[in-house]
Amino acid sequence: MPSLGADMEDGTLVEQLVAPGDPVQRGDIIAAVETQKGAIEIEVYEDGFLDKWLVPLGTKVPVGTPIAVIRASDVPDAPQPQDPTPPAPPPEIPGTHEPAVPPAPPEEPFAPPEEPSAPPPELAKKDRQRVSPAARRRAAQTGFDLASLNTDKVISLDDLPRGTAAPQAGPLSAMRQAISAAMTRSKREIPHYYLSDSIDLTVAEDFIAAYNADQPPETRLSIAVLYIRAVALAAQEYPEFNGYFKDDHFSPGEAVHLGMAINLRGGGLVAPALHDAATGDLATLMARLKDLVTRVRQGRFRARELSDPTITLTSLGDRGVAGITGVIFPPQVAIVGIGTPALRAAVVDGTVQPRQIANITLAADHRVSDGHKGAQFLRHIIKRMQHPEQL
Amino acid sequence: MTDQDIRAVVAQQLGRIAPEIPFDDIDPSEDLREECDIDSMDFLTLITGLGKELSLPMPEADYDQMRTLDDLLAYLGSRLT
Repeated sequence: MPSLGADMEDGTLVEQLVAPGDPVQRGDIIAAVETQKGAIEIEVYEDGFLDKWLVPLGTKVPVGTPIAVIRASDVPDAPQPQDPTPPAPPPEIPGTHEPAVPPAPPEEPFAPPEEPSAPPPELAKKDRQRVSPAARRRAAQTGFDLASLNTDKVISLDDLPRGTAAPQAGPLSAMRQAISAAMTRSKREIPHYYLSDSIDLTVAEDFIAAYNADQPPETRLSIAVLYIRAVALAAQEYPEFNGYFKDDHFSPGEAVHLGMAINLRGGGLVAPALHDAATGDLATLMARLKDLVTRVRQGRFRARELSDPTITLTSLGDRGVAGITGVIFPPQVAIVGIGTPALRAAVVDGTVQPRQIANITLAADHRVSDGHKGAQFLRHIIKRMQHPEQL
Repeated sequence: MTDQDIRAVVAQQLGRIAPEIPFDDIDPSEDLREECDIDSMDFLTLITGLGKELSLPMPEADYDQMRTLDDLLAYLGSRLT
């Protein structure tokens, strides 16, 4: 059971996607784990065969508990009579997500093609209850008891009462507890300092409009990819804002895995990583961003995405308010906030002109950097955004 | 394609993005994105889905004509009927 964040203590194995004896390749999704933050997909990190599952479906186990045994392909006594190189699903290579392949829609959750080692019969019905990720998430958010639905069919959103997840009296939802734990720790442990400035987005918005003019909807860019790339390049340039503060010292990240704060319908917030956000072209970055947002809103993301962002970006989009000053997600050391752009009168080359202006902020960890460096970092982002064609 | 058909496609595409909002509860004269709490990424998903289903280019320059549900239905209707 991988740790998917400092606040995670245990998780429940809810899906086994590979049967014992089946080949696995590095990057394959082999299981799903239910945590406070939703259903998380578990990737495998080596090639080989799934030897056996160690944890039955529906069982909650502490972080660190082995879930399955993976046997390397070259172990001579591999128990499988099969040829060790049967056609396997293409590996998911981090950084080159295939945008054309959508994740399983919520109505059709991933399911093993055949029953892996049949669970004890009396467990079978209850623990094999199939629930779409979106339904699982709403149930967690609204406190709905899935066991009360006595059906053999896959439970989808339609089977659950519509709930707006309005704040209710009583215990916090699992999602709110997870946010509360991380943010309380942040405010307790991290000596934040805050900086802010204005950023002129006129050039960036014109660049996006010009790019999108002759693109079909599926390949259009959103200005968010420019934010992401500019922050990622600045984080590369200023490594004291990119990495982890753990065990009383700071370790800079080897790459920029940009956490994107994504709000969920019905409440809640997660900030999974867009890996290697400083590399690749903008079209690829956009495809990866859409893939991430879609999966997260369906309640599916991968273990690594939750556990390894090195810096976070929170953008209010185009329907928000003027500004946001973020709370750092521990063990990260910085979060950049971009408010909703608006047309404002600004002085450019000595004349007053209407410009698209947004507020941009940095909250950073004083144990690692100071305001002077923070200002350079923030100015670097602002400068980069004036040359979108170079992003 | 009839107005009814177009309405059905819009309802279906919106349902994928905002499944908890009954289509009939949407105020057709209000800002659609406010009504359904749709951010720019969801809106792009909606436009992409509608473009595919209806074989329309849905240019970004026309987004202003798709502000409310009534606007959107009228925009699609004028290109399909």
